[in-house]
Amino acid sequence: MIRLENLTVQLKPFTLSGINLEVQRGEYFIILGPTGAGKTLLLETIAGLRKSDAGSIFINDVDVTRMEPERRRIGFVYQDYALFPHLSVKDNIIFGLKCRRVPKTDIADKLKRLTELLNIGPLLGRKPETLSGGEKQKVSLARALSTDPDVVLLDEPISALDPQQRESIQNDLKDICKKLNRTFIHVTHNFEEAVALGDGMAVLSDGRLVQSGTPEDIFRHPNSELVAKFAMTRNIFSGSVTDDGYGGAIFTVANNKLEVVTELRGQLHASIRPEDILISKDMLVSSARNSIKGKITHVDDRGATRYITVSTPIQFVCLVTRRSHEELGLAEGSEAYITFKASAVHVF
Amino acid sequence: MIKNTFQYLHQRRLTLTFLLIGMVILLFIFIPLGRMIFSSNPSVLWNTLLDKEVRDSIWLSIYTALIATAFGLFFGVPLAYFLARHSFPGKRLVEALIDVPIVVPHIAAGIALLFVFGKNYFGGKAFDAIGIGFRDAAPGIIIAMIFVSVPFLINSAKQGFEDVDERLEKVARTLGASPWQTFFKISLPLARRSIFGGTVMMWARSISEFGAVLVLTSHPSIAPILVYDRLVEHGLEYALPVASLLIIITLVIFVVLRYFAYGSKKQ
Repeated sequence: MIRLENLTVQLKPFTLSGINLEVQRGEYFIILGPTGAGKTLLLETIAGLRKSDAGSIFINDVDVTRMEPERRRIGFVYQDYALFPHLSVKDNIIFGLKCRRVPKTDIADKLKRLTELLNIGPLLGRKPETLSGGEKQKVSLARALSTDPDVVLLDEPISALDPQQRESIQNDLKDICKKLNRTFIHVTHNFEEAVALGDGMAVLSDGRLVQSGTPEDIFRHPNSELVAKFAMTRNIFSGSVTDDGYGGAIFTVANNKLEVVTELRGQLHASIRPEDILISKDMLVSSARNSIKGKITHVDDRGATRYITVSTPIQFVCLVTRRSHEELGLAEGSEAYITFKASAVHVF
Repeated sequence: MIKNTFQYLHQRRLTLTFLLIGMVILLFIFIPLGRMIFSSNPSVLWNTLLDKEVRDSIWLSIYTALIATAFGLFFGVPLAYFLARHSFPGKRLVEALIDVPIVVPHIAAGIALLFVFGKNYFGGKAFDAIGIGFRDAAPGIIIAMIFVSVPFLINSAKQGFEDVDERLEKVARTLGASPWQTFFKISLPLARRSIFGGTVMMWARSISEFGAVLVLTSHPSIAPILVYDRLVEHGLEYALPVASLLIIITLVIFVVLRYFAYGSKKQ
């Protein structure tokens, strides 16, 4: 469990001000913010790598605000992993245990368990520079977990990975958080990561926490322009993915069944960009696999473009130009079809 | 075929031009050194080596330079790390100050040292009290060597520490390493090449020092002073073999050290 009370850090000309936050044990918490919002500064302050100017940090109800980083029981994973280049994978992982003078047999035990947990046995003898991004990520996580931290801090841990590795690491992260029952705080600028991973989340903008809650709540009722803009530019649904019987996949959300392209199965999320959705008066016959009838409930005029909300009754937002909107006569209250390709749906 | 060759040369004209210009400066360095070494008669060189005065002076040069470098490491590396990790008002001034011994004429540096470590000045008196004299003694040679050559070590080590990603040190701290452990297990090993390179530079620069040492203590003679003495007193013929010997010995040591410093760079 970790609690921040009115935490303030000044790093001229930037200020992280009045951060209040509480994250429970076993919770996977996301801090979402754009570049320059102060995410890394916040994590480094929690870790004790930077001095705070006001406020307090409690880990398991112990005030650690003035404690040295090595005594705080936290683990840290940097975006580019920060593995020690002069040490082998094994020596990277057991670095902390050696510094703490843990007995040799315990070190061997711990190493064995971590290698099994992250499935990195074959990497132990290698040097960091020979590892792929995903492998480095796992080693970095193993190293952070080696000292049994109460809180694991992850600074953009999967941003540098390619999309395929990202999906599998994303699942690993959440699994490990739950399996070990640790508090994870993960900062990112990626909204989809936030939705997919966060039990809870907070939005950091310009050094302030502007909103916190569950990802669902925040995206339904955004109170910051940052999130509102994102919510406006994505249709995000939670649902389940199953086989369609033809080798493809079906994403079910309420009464809608969407054809999607993904290898993933289970409770997941899907997003569709408004500009990828076609809107028409009549049903379209085309190669696009998803065509749904609905009713136009709202038209948001943005000058040259318009965001049209279609209720099926699940709400889809579509982006059209003013001319299309006027020529098609898509008034509020009228019926319309929305059409999009299976490949336009991103499942995560 | 000819056309292709011509095209190739045309495309590479910058590289070729620079290579040709570079050759001039390389030859400028190599020819005088090579001529000196090869124009010495081997039997004369051997006889010179049998000259006790020559052997003593070369040995004196080597070991005083070693001691100077050891002091340089002990005092210079902590300063280099401090400068690499902290910024403070006046830091640039401090950095400029470190470079001063490199840019002042070394005779002047020697005189400046004399004003502190000479028998009648406070540094000299203080050390005299514990039995260390600088005038005409090995400690004087060492002091002069440190003064003029430690900037090479400090600058190189500082660069090495600056190149170590600070986040590696931060991660080490979160893993339970104290600031001391972090320095000795992370920062120092990762900067070791630059520190070693700086150490070799400092040692080489110490061996070649002449002006500052001459002012502080002309006796016992380090090798460069012996060369100078023989040149002035007996002429080129007598100075040449000593100079050649000095160059050969330092070259051999230099090559061996560079091999250890950079030879295994790939790993």
